[in-house]
Amino acid sequence: MKKKMVYFDYAATTPLDPRVFAAMKPHFAEGFGNPANLYGLGRDARYAIADATKKIEAALGCRASEFVFTGSATESDNIALQGIARANKDAGDTIIVSNVEHKGILAVTQALAKEGFTIVELPVGTDGLVRPEDLERVLNERIVLVSITSADSETGSLQPIAELGAVIKAFRDAHQRSTPYFHTDASQAALYQDLQVDSLGVDLMTLSAHKLHGPKGVGGLYVRRGVKIVPIIFGGGQQGRLRSGTENVPGIVGFGEAMAIAQAERERESARIAKLRDKLEQGIFARIPKVVLNGHPTRRLPNFLNVSILDIEGEAMLLYLDESGILVNTGSACNSESLEPSYVLMALGRPYEFIHGSIRFTLGKGTTEADIDYVLRELPGIVKILRRVSPLELSMDHNAVTAQPKAFIGGQTPHFLRKKK
Amino acid sequence: MPTKTKSSTSTKRRTRPDVVNKNAGESWAYTDIVKSHFFKPQNLLWKLPDGTSFDAEGIVGSPACGDVMRVWLNIDAKTDRIKEFKWRTFGCASAIAATSMLSVMITERGGMKIDEAMKVRPQDIMGRLGGLPDRKIHCSVLGDKALRAALNDWFKKTGQTSRIVVEGTKIVDPNTKVTEADIEEAVLEGATTLDAVQKRTKVGIGYPECLPVVEELIRFYREKYFGPDAK
Repeated sequence: MKKKMVYFDYAATTPLDPRVFAAMKPHFAEGFGNPANLYGLGRDARYAIADATKKIEAALGCRASEFVFTGSATESDNIALQGIARANKDAGDTIIVSNVEHKGILAVTQALAKEGFTIVELPVGTDGLVRPEDLERVLNERIVLVSITSADSETGSLQPIAELGAVIKAFRDAHQRSTPYFHTDASQAALYQDLQVDSLGVDLMTLSAHKLHGPKGVGGLYVRRGVKIVPIIFGGGQQGRLRSGTENVPGIVGFGEAMAIAQAERERESARIAKLRDKLEQGIFARIPKVVLNGHPTRRLPNFLNVSILDIEGEAMLLYLDESGILVNTGSACNSESLEPSYVLMALGRPYEFIHGSIRFTLGKGTTEADIDYVLRELPGIVKILRRVSPLELSMDHNAVTAQPKAFIGGQTPHFLRKKK
Repeated sequence: MPTKTKSSTSTKRRTRPDVVNKNAGESWAYTDIVKSHFFKPQNLLWKLPDGTSFDAEGIVGSPACGDVMRVWLNIDAKTDRIKEFKWRTFGCASAIAATSMLSVMITERGGMKIDEAMKVRPQDIMGRLGGLPDRKIHCSVLGDKALRAALNDWFKKTGQTSRIVVEGTKIVDPNTKVTEADIEEAVLEGATTLDAVQKRTKVGIGYPECLPVVEELIRFYREKYFGPDAK
């Protein structure tokens, strides 16, 4: 018998929409042409890319020449940050990011710091949001790029992108400069948020197809006309010289189709998902004691629910849920390669004890009311079992000191609790 | 004799080891033994004791670290054997399974002698569990430390002070006060090179004289927990 599977990890990736798959199919074996070629087969591929681009233009309100297809959101972030930093050295050397950015941003800033660029990390508040007045305060003429995610991938808290864009535009107007540019990684938010680049006031925007029920291996980057940027991949000069390499035609076709479907279904799906998410959230809080919500209570993507269930550990919870066929994610250290707890939840000021018990449900197209009911039936029992196994009795008070130094190996403070240099 | 491809691949899938060697790549999955101890923990303490029902108690780890183990023991003073080992653990699957497995190892066959129990090493627990993913090894390491903490508690209570064993805390770098235990912990968490250990502990950055000793320690703990270095 096939095991029951209820997927609650749409923020990690989404299943490919059958309509998207159908649109992609003709472009593998038959329509295999290289879009760079002038004969019919090549032209067909080029038209297919143009069609897909049109669908993305409509969603973003941009021109075809302003969008390049990449291999992933991570690649798009790399082009945006490295490309802007290197192209605008005469204008300045500083980049501003938030401290809840995706690794695709933060790892690039670390590499750029080694090249001599200055990186400023804007801390978010306990609600997970960057405050526009904080950005206003740190803006100066050395800054070439501000990159703030549209919604972080752990709590789904929605950054005030339009307000931040207005702050940057006001600074540019006041100083009669074309920098700083404004980039946002909207890959997590794209299914549920308005992507019109002019109303958001962004100059660059990262997108990813596989978060939109499109295929993996395709991302995209919007670059406003006139923005000074250099490529990080050099070659045959495809896609306006910004991203050389033969285009992934079926992937791009799938991306376009996924975007068109997402736009058409956005309003209806957002409302449906928000209702289910709220039911899940209220159900968990009603059935399980000692639960804390992570992220902004209302300014949040409609499909995100991140809670910390105290006294138990996220990975253990994840595996028990998996045994019931419920697939979720956690910010616990045990679940990460680095064994460090989630830096996004740390940025919200959550103590380690809370982060280890964090669990993320992300809903999506396939989520039904029956799935929510199933989780609400299974989760309380699992929490009960794991709390029985656990020796902890944490206080809901964030500032409570729970660590007993004598309990550490050798009576020492562990490395991550020592003050950072 | 030629074998059918189909059946041989399906057997292969079933017998594929869950945990693979560090040098050969890493697997996320746990063994079936880990899973069974995780879902059906043995010797779990159901009701918190009133303070008189156990002879000794030990705790190790911290909620901030993500792992806490608390151990309660009953000991037969005459035979010097551990008769009962109850526990509670906050942590991931391997932490819970490792404590459960340790409790079985200690109490099976009439209970382990205290001197033997003091010598239980992380790799003994891991061996019985059929292995653990590399980055999870520190979880089982806490199990044997919690046991030793409880046994030390027993020695204190019964006046056997000469038997108390203190975990190594020798300082290797006087500037940063990094101890041998810090190096051990760093190695266990996957920092198996001097660079990686320095990133975590800052050891020797202001006192390079200690670096040869640090390198020696890293090699020692790396071999202790991850097996001999590949030639």
